[in-house]
Amino acid sequence: MQFFLDFEKPLVELDQKIRELRDYTTANVDFSADIKKLEKKSAKLRDEIFSNLTRWQRTQLARHQVRPYTLDYVKHIFTDWFEVHGDRNFRDDPALVCGFARLDDEPCAIIGHQKGRDTKEKVYRNFGMPNPEGYRKALRVMQMAEQFGLPIFTFVDTPGAFPGIGAEERGQAEAIARNLREMAALTVPVIVTVTGEGGSGGALAIAVGNKVQMMQHSVYAVISPEGCAAILWSDGARGPEAAEALKLTSTDIDSLGVIIDDVIPEPLGGAHNDHAAAAATVKEYLKKHLEELKKLSPEELVEQRYQKFRAMSIIEE
Amino acid sequence: MAWFKKSKAPIAPVESKKVQMPAGLWTKCKNCEEIIYSKEIERNLNVCPKCDYHFRISARERIDLVIDEGSFNETDPDMASVDFLKFKDSKKYVDRIKAAVAKNGGGDAVVTGSGLMNDQEVVVAVFDFAFLGGSMGSVVGEKITRAIELGLEKKAPVMVFSSSGGARMQESILSLMQMAKTSAALAKLKKAGIPFLSVLTDPTTGGVTASFAMLGDLNIAEPKALIGFAGPRVIEQTIRQQLPEGFQRSEYLLDHGMVDMIVSRQEMKARLSQALRIFTQQASAS
Repeated sequence: MQFFLDFEKPLVELDQKIRELRDYTTANVDFSADIKKLEKKSAKLRDEIFSNLTRWQRTQLARHQVRPYTLDYVKHIFTDWFEVHGDRNFRDDPALVCGFARLDDEPCAIIGHQKGRDTKEKVYRNFGMPNPEGYRKALRVMQMAEQFGLPIFTFVDTPGAFPGIGAEERGQAEAIARNLREMAALTVPVIVTVTGEGGSGGALAIAVGNKVQMMQHSVYAVISPEGCAAILWSDGARGPEAAEALKLTSTDIDSLGVIIDDVIPEPLGGAHNDHAAAAATVKEYLKKHLEELKKLSPEELVEQRYQKFRAMSIIEE
Repeated sequence: MAWFKKSKAPIAPVESKKVQMPAGLWTKCKNCEEIIYSKEIERNLNVCPKCDYHFRISARERIDLVIDEGSFNETDPDMASVDFLKFKDSKKYVDRIKAAVAKNGGGDAVVTGSGLMNDQEVVVAVFDFAFLGGSMGSVVGEKITRAIELGLEKKAPVMVFSSSGGARMQESILSLMQMAKTSAALAKLKKAGIPFLSVLTDPTTGGVTASFAMLGDLNIAEPKALIGFAGPRVIEQTIRQQLPEGFQRSEYLLDHGMVDMIVSRQEMKARLSQALRIFTQQASAS
């Protein structure tokens, strides 16, 4: 079954009609004029819907079930990929995938949150919410990358770090905190792409990069809109209002100036409509940033990253 | 209609025997629910004499407890929060700031500065939970980062006393980034070999726990403080289970290896000083 969001429905129906007309077209019956008309209508409608999205709708797009996840980007962008598992202490966390690959010829390390698409996989991936061991695995791999002098690409897409009893017992806060400190000191290039949901500390724990970029329809915030609404109004259902208040879209965050380097444009209608095209654009940006960062020495990389985050505050003195 | 008419005044109530007391004379302990003479709690450094519950105290009171008298030099006292997102829920963020500033007499949720602790120079950052729940926005992150940088410059140990609900929602993404900024500064401090002590007091949760508060060379907790990443309510709602007794309290964190020790308020200064003097290879305080 096809998955679509409420506001995508008119589009999906129109596209369905176009497909049907195409199917009915035979040598004797020609619908080409109608098809053309409908296609024009569809393009116009798409443009209309997607240039007027609310922040809540964009949040929904960021969470779209068909949106490309880390392993989809890996498939489309990299070669020679192999995944590595486990934090060497407790277990392997499937909510966060780590491995090594090549970007064209360039060897590199890859770290990213991983969500599942069907119910079974969603549960297996814990809805993309890592436990402490996931963050510790990520740190292990990042420090391995440093050991071998490899650049690190991270892909951020999580509702947040998992809030559970086990996670607390094993030090969720400590795992995140340690990653923040250790990532700041890495002597290799770190390029962060927020592909879907940038959910709070659980996102940031793999997002301290020399370059940070967001996909057009991704979001990034200190708390999920539902969580924010639950705290502000004791009503998680008021997420749409909270999304407006949190200013969490790529456009909002780009306008603050100091947080991200680029907004990566997506195919019209969102990355889920064309994984390959979305990935191809991401790849261009990764290569562009990597070229730039390769010119910096290890010390300069640490300092550039430090100064980047050092500048992140808006205050009055 | 009544046959007889009784025109007696109602019996006047007996003059109340209840003694009228000025408010605030007695305090009910949040933990053991004992009613205790407020002065007695104060004399006991705001610790419940019955159950050892550590009441929340202001940043100033805390500084007086650990820094030698008259030696504290506050840094960045006038740094103020800005409502750059025009955040509004039931109240505007600007109004919330104004109210908090008025209540606290200026500042933000953290007070920073340098001073002497048993004659040793130290840099401290102390949270004020009364200021918007000790939440961390740009100002808190910036002040803590500057405190760490001051420690680097002076080669003086840095201590943070946390008491915070976490990152400040009203500054959204920038609040989140304070976690990275402060932790990055700690990476520099660690590389320079300067000690960082984190003292966790009730409550320390969210983005503060998930950054500098858990990164101490020593993590020291006050007794019975709530310390965690996710708040207990969030966890309960997620897993739909009752939480075990004592979950996320200092003693639980000690059991699970997240804090080095639990130190009462009375002994805090002596213990911190003792540790710092060992880490910096100085003779013990007389």
